[in-house]
Amino acid sequence: MSQSETPSLYASRVPVFPRRVDGFFRRMKWWIMIVTLGIYYLTPWIRWDRGPDLPNQAVLLDLANRRFYFFWIEIWPHEFYFVAGLLVMAGLGLFLFTSALGRVWCGYTCPQTVWTDLFILTERWIDGDRNARVRLWKAPWSLKKARLRLTKYVVWALIGLATGGAWVFYFADAPTLLVDLVTGQAHPVAYTTMAILTFTTVFMGGIAREQVCIYACPWPRIQAAMMDEDTITIGYRDWRGEPRGKHRKAEGSDNLGDCIDCNACVNVCPMGIDIRDGQQLECITCGLCIDACDDVMAKIGKPRGLIDYFALQDEAAERAGAPPTQIWRHIFRPRTIVYTSLWSLVGVALVVALFVRPELELTVAAVRNPTYVTLSDGTVRNAYEVRLRNKHGDERPFRITLTGDPALRVTLEGTPYEAVSVPAQEMVLQRVYVTAPPGSDPAEGARTEFRFWVTDMTNGERAHQDTHFVGRGED
Amino acid sequence: MSDQHKDPNKDPNIPDTTGHSWDGIEEYDNPLPRWWLWIFYATIVWGVIYTIAYPAWPLVNRATAGVLGFSTRAQVADQIAEAEMANAELNAQLASADLRTLTEDETLHSYAVNMGAAVYRAQCSQCHGSGAAGAVGFPNLIDDAWIWGGRIDEIAWTVAHGIRNEDSPDARWSQMPAFGADDLLSRDEINQVVQHVLAISGQDHDADLAAAGEEVFLDNCASCHGNEGMGSLMATREFQAEDPDGEYFPDDERTGAPNLTDAIWVFGGDEAAIYQSVYYSRFGVMPAWLDEFRQPGLTQAEVNAVAAYVHQLGGGEE
Repeated sequence: MSQSETPSLYASRVPVFPRRVDGFFRRMKWWIMIVTLGIYYLTPWIRWDRGPDLPNQAVLLDLANRRFYFFWIEIWPHEFYFVAGLLVMAGLGLFLFTSALGRVWCGYTCPQTVWTDLFILTERWIDGDRNARVRLWKAPWSLKKARLRLTKYVVWALIGLATGGAWVFYFADAPTLLVDLVTGQAHPVAYTTMAILTFTTVFMGGIAREQVCIYACPWPRIQAAMMDEDTITIGYRDWRGEPRGKHRKAEGSDNLGDCIDCNACVNVCPMGIDIRDGQQLECITCGLCIDACDDVMAKIGKPRGLIDYFALQDEAAERAGAPPTQIWRHIFRPRTIVYTSLWSLVGVALVVALFVRPELELTVAAVRNPTYVTLSDGTVRNAYEVRLRNKHGDERPFRITLTGDPALRVTLEGTPYEAVSVPAQEMVLQRVYVTAPPGSDPAEGARTEFRFWVTDMTNGERAHQDTHFVGRGED
Repeated sequence: MSDQHKDPNKDPNIPDTTGHSWDGIEEYDNPLPRWWLWIFYATIVWGVIYTIAYPAWPLVNRATAGVLGFSTRAQVADQIAEAEMANAELNAQLASADLRTLTEDETLHSYAVNMGAAVYRAQCSQCHGSGAAGAVGFPNLIDDAWIWGGRIDEIAWTVAHGIRNEDSPDARWSQMPAFGADDLLSRDEINQVVQHVLAISGQDHDADLAAAGEEVFLDNCASCHGNEGMGSLMATREFQAEDPDGEYFPDDERTGAPNLTDAIWVFGGDEAAIYQSVYYSRFGVMPAWLDEFRQPGLTQAEVNAVAAYVHQLGGGEE
């Protein structure tokens, strides 16, 4: 077998030049793009007053101080389960939307789709629509082509820079960081992150585009397992469209189906596929082929929906002559209701957890090396490391007391007072001593249970933790 | 190696097999993708360059050093030097700080306590224990009784100069006679004074012997331990109360005598242990830790740090 007969091991990419299209789904996608990109780019700039000691950025991931601020909510590292809960909700939400609406996430809200859409839009502004772009691509290098290519990459790089910039603004005070970035004062990590994200944005949104979805993303493969015959996908009504062909009066077009083989659906597809071949892995169900086809159907005076959203189940019924089924009949079914219930359950649990979480917390770690110490007058003393957390926006005095045995007394290391001042949104580690006079039950006994109480002296809020006192009887 | 299946009639789109067959499962003889092959060659080249540049090939005693001279040990040394450089200013402040007022400087005190914790674990915990609770013969550092004083400056002096050593001329020094072994007291007298010590420390005792022992105590022990047996630190504190700003470090032989009336005993507080202490006399030693007196020792900043650490363990005095 000669070398020329060997099938190529490398499939070159066939460039995709999506044509401009207008219609219901395209307009919906524009609006979703404006909203999602708007949220992403503008959120770091929203201000939120938390008092003088805390950052006034509404959404801030303060890695240095290990705090996550989200409007009125402040998440501490030990409350990371909130983030885990949100991820569980995101997962269940994806299951729900996939089983009901198929790859609606891919088609409308996935950042890869949104940014690719934005990059194709800028490309269209600079190079022109599909035919102009194909011509430019085929044309030999010239001054004009170089100028257009340069313009396009500069604009893409600026979009990428803004994208990376928006990312770093989530991790520091945005206005300060912007000034630092412009004046060269910002931390190298900020510049490096922006450079990496600028590159990945341009590469994935501008150059790789549909290849990310087809080759790199695991989601299309996972989704296949979550879709069933009730899932809404995009399909071509071949029983209505076939046999396809150019309608010419002379040739007796009555024998032909509604499809006039104009390729409008293929030309607008950002994935470069022909939806008339049936459902395929590459299809992100963005709906642009529906818009393109509906437009053509209107022009030739046929009803819309030759290419449309419908469920696989509908195919058999429609072939038998039944009218299209209402979409909502597919959406409300036991599977989606179970997903919705689980999703709501986690959501409600998180909201409840958020509202019942205390603003003051303590953790007590008994010092058991040694278990107790005898003082010169025979008093027995135990030491405890008490961590006090103040989640308020201002400094609070926390008083430490105990209940359990009247013989036990509390003293604090380093201060003659019974209260500790804890700064806003901070944790203070305080060594606390508990003493029992000689001859008392706790001093001579083995183990005495008691309860530490911490009281916020400004509003009386209390928290407690149980621990025990070790006396001489332990030996 | 294996006989390839060559069939002239087969579909040219189906590649040859390697000829290996396992339970009828055969393997296509697909060539490797170009990109994969190039990365594979690149890793070989990279591997050769890497073993020349970095420590790699094992020799008899050690490995090749690599032309870049990279060494993880040198890296650690650099990082330690860098950390010390970063702390140089705080260390200088700490070395010259007024230890009487160190707790008022929150930043410096916190730095000293954290640094002191590390010094303590490395140098002090062998005798005094990782929890600083001491052992028989090694004083407990977290209770409220001190032989040589429990203020930060006093602890720092003890750490710097040590106890009963020849290295520092300013070492803490106390000398209790071996009252029994050196025939200074008879066994009966020792028994009497032991009962007296049990009495003043609030333990069970023989009242008659204790009464007799009081005289023996006043004649032989009170010069150091005080008439009431309260120890030499009590006398020092009285002296300090009269002259609060004075630099007073007691260094004559009457000092270092423990309080015999409290519940804390370095060498044990029962009858047999006290008898042992009087008969043979017992005391510990501690090195002079300041690097002036011993190598390797502690810098003044480290001495001050460990004093600040010990001071906040629960027994520190103001």
